[in-house]
Amino acid sequence: MVPLWMYLVVAATLFCIGVFTVLSRRNGVAVLMGIELMLNAVNINLVAFWRYNTTIADMTTPLPSELNGMVFAAFLFVVAAAEAAVGLAIIITVYRNRRSVIPEEADTLRG
Amino acid sequence: MTGLELPIIDINDPNTLGWLIPLGPLLAFFIITLITNRARWLPATDPHYGSHHPDYDGMTVPIVTDWSRVASITVGMSGVVMALLISLNLVGQGLALGEGVFGKEVFASAISWMALGDVPFRIGVLVDPLNLTLLVMVPIAVLCIFIYSIGYMAHDPRQSRFFALISLFAAAMLTLTLADNLLLLFIGWEVMGLCSYMLIGFWYEKKSAYQAAIKAFTVTRIADVIMLLGIVYLFSVAGTLNFRDILYNEAVLEQIANTPAIILGSWGISAAGLISVFLIIGTIGKSAQFPLHVWLPDAMEGPTPVSAMIHAAAMVSAGIYAIIRMYPLFVGAGDAFGTADPHHGVFNEPLLLLAIVGSFTALFSATMAVAQNDVKAVLAYSTISQLGFMMAALGIGAYIAATFHLITHAFFKALLFMASGSVIHAMEHGEHHVHEHHGHHALPHGNGHGHDHDHHDAHDELPAGTADMMTEHGVDTDIQHVEGVEHVHFDPQDMRNMGGLARKIPVTFYAFLAGGLSLAGFPLITAGFWSKDEILADAWLGTSEGFGPQALVFFMLAIAAFLTAFYTMRQIGLTFWGEPRTEIAEHAGLGGPRSIVSIAMQLPLVILVFFALFAGFVGVPPEFPILGPILSPEGNPFFDFVKYSLLQIEPLAPVKPPFSWVPVLTSFGVALGGIYLGWRMYWRRPLQAGEEDPMIRILGRSVYMTLQNRYYLDQLYSMLFVAPSKWIARQVNVFLDRGLIDGLLHLTARFFTWLGDLFKVLNSWLIDGVGDGIPRAIFDFGGWLRGAQTGRVQQYLLVVLVVVLVIGLFFALTAGGGAVAAP
Repeated sequence: MVPLWMYLVVAATLFCIGVFTVLSRRNGVAVLMGIELMLNAVNINLVAFWRYNTTIADMTTPLPSELNGMVFAAFLFVVAAAEAAVGLAIIITVYRNRRSVIPEEADTLRG
Repeated sequence: MTGLELPIIDINDPNTLGWLIPLGPLLAFFIITLITNRARWLPATDPHYGSHHPDYDGMTVPIVTDWSRVASITVGMSGVVMALLISLNLVGQGLALGEGVFGKEVFASAISWMALGDVPFRIGVLVDPLNLTLLVMVPIAVLCIFIYSIGYMAHDPRQSRFFALISLFAAAMLTLTLADNLLLLFIGWEVMGLCSYMLIGFWYEKKSAYQAAIKAFTVTRIADVIMLLGIVYLFSVAGTLNFRDILYNEAVLEQIANTPAIILGSWGISAAGLISVFLIIGTIGKSAQFPLHVWLPDAMEGPTPVSAMIHAAAMVSAGIYAIIRMYPLFVGAGDAFGTADPHHGVFNEPLLLLAIVGSFTALFSATMAVAQNDVKAVLAYSTISQLGFMMAALGIGAYIAATFHLITHAFFKALLFMASGSVIHAMEHGEHHVHEHHGHHALPHGNGHGHDHDHHDAHDELPAGTADMMTEHGVDTDIQHVEGVEHVHFDPQDMRNMGGLARKIPVTFYAFLAGGLSLAGFPLITAGFWSKDEILADAWLGTSEGFGPQALVFFMLAIAAFLTAFYTMRQIGLTFWGEPRTEIAEHAGLGGPRSIVSIAMQLPLVILVFFALFAGFVGVPPEFPILGPILSPEGNPFFDFVKYSLLQIEPLAPVKPPFSWVPVLTSFGVALGGIYLGWRMYWRRPLQAGEEDPMIRILGRSVYMTLQNRYYLDQLYSMLFVAPSKWIARQVNVFLDRGLIDGLLHLTARFFTWLGDLFKVLNSWLIDGVGDGIPRAIFDFGGWLRGAQTGRVQQYLLVVLVVVLVIGLFFALTAGGGAVAAP
């Protein structure tokens, strides 16, 4: 069985890639994609911890039902989908106004 | 030492019932003042106003609403009726106790009021035979005055205010009557002083009215201050002011009489003597005796019900009541208690003062009354004169006679004042009629009032030289008629303008006649006869034994009584008899027998006629031929009842004069003689229009003018007291007010201005600096902080990331350390 830390490493890597993408890309759509990566990294963590919950013994008495972790993951998918929809809508609106999808240029809220 | 406790009033207990008597009128005062006195501001020409006093013309005046009138009258009347019913209840209970018992036992209750020294000062109510008689007189007279006021003040724009003040007046009089100690009596005394001030000056738009008010207030104030000294001194000597504790207690009386006075003590004056003199001076002021009588004739400026109140039911009676009440103190005022005994010709200072001042005033003001032309002024002087009778009677120890005359006088004088008020009202009514008839009512203020030619004829008789003397005085209503002075308006009070009113207002005439005969002491059928006769009988008792003061009192009072009968007949003759001397008198009337004014003003007269005629029958000497055995078979009821308010010990107990023909025949003689003379001069051939007063011919013009101008005493006082006071006031104004006080004030002002400038600098520098600095700092900080908000999402995220990393690192380090540290 693949040990837990491997999942965690993959998830952390994925999260770092997501963060890097969000911070470094100029294109708004790419930023959204970075966010999706981070969410999925979290999903990996959730599922992995759920799968390996027996190894964290003191946290699992009594035993959870079989579906707990998956339910969280499913929630996250829905949230991610909604977030993507809203994000894309914002990007489209920004594009219509500014003919640009670069977040740096949409700085109307500057103090 | 507890705080103020409230009296526990049980209406079945006569001891505490007295508290309720003044309560009604007092509540009425507050209710009217606070609730029912509502007015609208209307021009004085408004028909609601009427034209009772042309001085209001051209002003906007508050005029009470009709609702307010009705409510105020109702409230005021309820208060008085309540007082009357409770008083009569108490009187009934007192009479039921019977002679001899009531007096030793009294109705009294007291509460501790304030802590003075070791003992709490107690105030309370006391009903003994002496003030029981006043409890009959005061509420009845006051009720009559109230009824009368409904009519008399019906057109006055301030009727509610009037009822409020007169209710307070009644409450004060009842308080004074029921007081069980000298301080409470003094409180009632002073409240009455205030009320008289406000009521004499009730028509304060008139200069003469407010001047009279100030005069009355000032003159009585002088006496009141001295009286207060007496009260304070009495308290310091006796340690109490309670009447029963002092006056019904031989030990205390002796102690006061044996203490040498604080001043003049080395000359043999005892504390009792000094206190007595102080208290008597208070009465001289309040009851208008010489030389402080000057305020009372001027007090006629008030509305007539007020005159009746002041001169009959309340104020002046209060003065006499106070000295009657304090009589045991006066008797004890010699070197030691019991040395003075007026019944045996031994007198001391207070009694002599009373006898001399009283008898002199009685005669002195009777002479002035002879030459007055103002219908109310005659009565005013007769009041002073009658009060002198009472003072003199008390001075010779005729305690009961003084009380008796106080009661009968109150009834017939209230009657006379109200009747004269009806006369004045009728004359004003006639004046309106004549105005409307001649169409003069539209003329502007000041010269549109009563310029009929016959008035000129009637008034031009006075010598021109009197004008300046009279204007000095400033209050005399006769000014308007003196040659050379502009005729301001018709004087409805001048008897020379009247005549023949008997046919116009017959009820008033008969009432006036009854009151006048009572005042004159018409034998047998009037109250005034019996009370005066008793005074003379007392005086004769001493005279026959050869005592000087009694002889003085007897002869002075006999002459005064003669003059009284004469001027009363003169007054009635001039007012009611013969033919009307002016067109106004021709049209005088009270608006028909069925008008509310006519009824309200004449009903109380009818009530009082009863008392003026028959109140004397309670004090008929039993030895009096025919009437004595019928009316007082078991001894003089009034005498035997009232005498028990004194201790029955030797110098105090009243001595009943044995029946003697001399005083009776004197009473008959002076009354009938005076009446005959008055009838001869003013009735047999009544004064014709334009004719001079026959008095001028008989007395000579200079004597007549001296009498009419009150012996020029007002001018003398004006020169001696008023002018120096004004001079001092001016000097004080210049040096003290403007120089010293204003100087100090300006200096202070300058200092504070400088201080203010200093603070201004400090303010702009320090306070403003701090005040402005704080917002500026906040503003600058905000400006710096806004740099953080770039509007770039990715930067925010970067910051978030960094912060999360820092926090994560922090927890990682501390958690690790904690884990290491934990065992």
